[in-house]
Amino acid sequence: MSAVVTHRTEPGAPVRPSGRAPRRPVHTVVGILILAVMLFPLYWMVNVSLQPAGNAVATPWFPADITLRGYSTAISEQGGNLVTSLVISLGAVVFSLVIATPAAYAMAHFKLGRWATIVLFGILVTQMVPGIVVANALYSAYSDLGLLNTVPGLILADSAAGIPFSIILMRAFMGSIPTSIVEAAYVDGAGHVRAFFSIVLPMSRNALITAGLFTFLFAWGDFLFALTLTTTADLRPITLGLYTYVGSFVADWSPIMATAVLSSLPAIALLVLAQRYVAAGVTGGAVK
Amino acid sequence: MADPAVGVRSRTAPPAGAPAGRRGSQKTQARVVQVAFLVPAVVYLVLFFGYPVVKNVLMGFQAYTTRTFYTGEAPWVGLANYSAVVGNAIFDRTLWNTLFFTVGSIVGQFAIGLAIAVFFHKKFALSGVLRSLILLPWLIPMIAGTAVWRWILDTDNGALNRLLSAVPGLDLHPNWLTSPELALLAVIGVNIWLGIPFNMTILYGGLQEIPEDLYEAGALDGATGWRAFRHITWPMLRPVVTVVLVLGVVYTLKVIDVILGLTNGGPANSTQTISTFSYDMSFRQFDFGQGAALGNILILISLVFAVVYLRINRKAVDE
Repeated sequence: MSAVVTHRTEPGAPVRPSGRAPRRPVHTVVGILILAVMLFPLYWMVNVSLQPAGNAVATPWFPADITLRGYSTAISEQGGNLVTSLVISLGAVVFSLVIATPAAYAMAHFKLGRWATIVLFGILVTQMVPGIVVANALYSAYSDLGLLNTVPGLILADSAAGIPFSIILMRAFMGSIPTSIVEAAYVDGAGHVRAFFSIVLPMSRNALITAGLFTFLFAWGDFLFALTLTTTADLRPITLGLYTYVGSFVADWSPIMATAVLSSLPAIALLVLAQRYVAAGVTGGAVK
Repeated sequence: MADPAVGVRSRTAPPAGAPAGRRGSQKTQARVVQVAFLVPAVVYLVLFFGYPVVKNVLMGFQAYTTRTFYTGEAPWVGLANYSAVVGNAIFDRTLWNTLFFTVGSIVGQFAIGLAIAVFFHKKFALSGVLRSLILLPWLIPMIAGTAVWRWILDTDNGALNRLLSAVPGLDLHPNWLTSPELALLAVIGVNIWLGIPFNMTILYGGLQEIPEDLYEAGALDGATGWRAFRHITWPMLRPVVTVVLVLGVVYTLKVIDVILGLTNGGPANSTQTISTFSYDMSFRQFDFGQGAALGNILILISLVFAVVYLRINRKAVDE
């Protein structure tokens, strides 16, 4: 939920000479300790998920007796919800990028003057609108439009975090594409549309991937819209599945934690697989 | 709320006195294409942020209940919703809870986030890997985080109380999530945990931007360690700090998943904030009018805060 400023994440990547890190074993040890404390809940999640039926007994500190029963229960009971979340999140990524990318380009390269500032300000203001306010109004609008309990309804609502974030991130990145390159395309007779597709999009690959990944995470992690804009069990994203799970089955924690682990996999995949793109997208964006 | 569409839409139509001739129409055409790039995003923002805010303001003055969905009628009731929610027995409680939750979360997240950022700013083996792994709590679904914390904070078999009971001479079994005195504290604690990675990331980015030679120059003047932090790091970090704090407050005021996931606002409303109260009114008691009134109060609080803060720090945020 960090929209807006995240593009500053790693601005200084090239600032320091990338020499070898000095050996300071004490620092490394303290660093590992900090990490251990911060990540204990995640360890616990995995640990509990691998334990045999933990019917309200204290979970052993280490998973000595590993079983995947928690996962098989989780998949049979929550698998459908995982698929629902996947469909909605991918939909939100596509929709957000289609909407946000041209806007980001327009704001970075067209001489829109005052209007660019107004739109940018509008985007910043959106950050102050509480989700519950949006949900409150959308519920009645969705009810009239027949969008409650529908995939398109959730895709549209779940893009609410991704679109402003993507515009800000990609605008910063596209601003760093030299105007001369785009102008060269105009000289060759390309219009705005062709220049956008054949030059700007390929050059912005990293920013697009980064914006897409974060939009995916926002939509995947959405709980409030899942809670308020679905009223039946027919269409239930995994976050809501997990919430109702915790409310009803608290006796047995291993399937619940297995569900939590499964719902966290995209985050882990993002961190592992996409770091290269994200670092590049984010750094490029910050350099302006 | 600014309505960015108003201005942009008027541009869609070619200006009345557009110069005639080929050149002119080409120019107009280019303008139309340019505007077409921006319009979908503006329309989306208006529909999914502008409309809800306007609608919510209106609903705040209406008797908007389950009946409305059948009859389509939502009579105007003036300030009745506001007097009902402010007069509600738990309103004061939710206001205080919102304040404690916001201030407690921000102070904790910021202080710990800054400490970790400063620590990882030093170069040491594995620092990059460890630093990126710290981001994980931020990237997992919040509701998954709250689910595991519920089991960690369980009174009888939770990991935290088992650790506490292992301390000799300490016979404590706090009811973290089920006693009205502790629940808010526990919820704040979990929210701090969730917020540390965000604070750390942005502050670390700020630290990276401080030129290395400032420290070298400072070291010549004897500014090292704590003094270097006070006289170089902190002043240079100020703009980033402002951004982190403003966003932190704005985000924390509207937090809802952490509280619903951990306590559902209970026990005895001890963790109910304006956000969750608004949710409760609209979606559990189906009084959308009162829910909207609470939502509007929340917007007002965050607006007042943001305006005051931005005024004080205008320069810092302009960057």
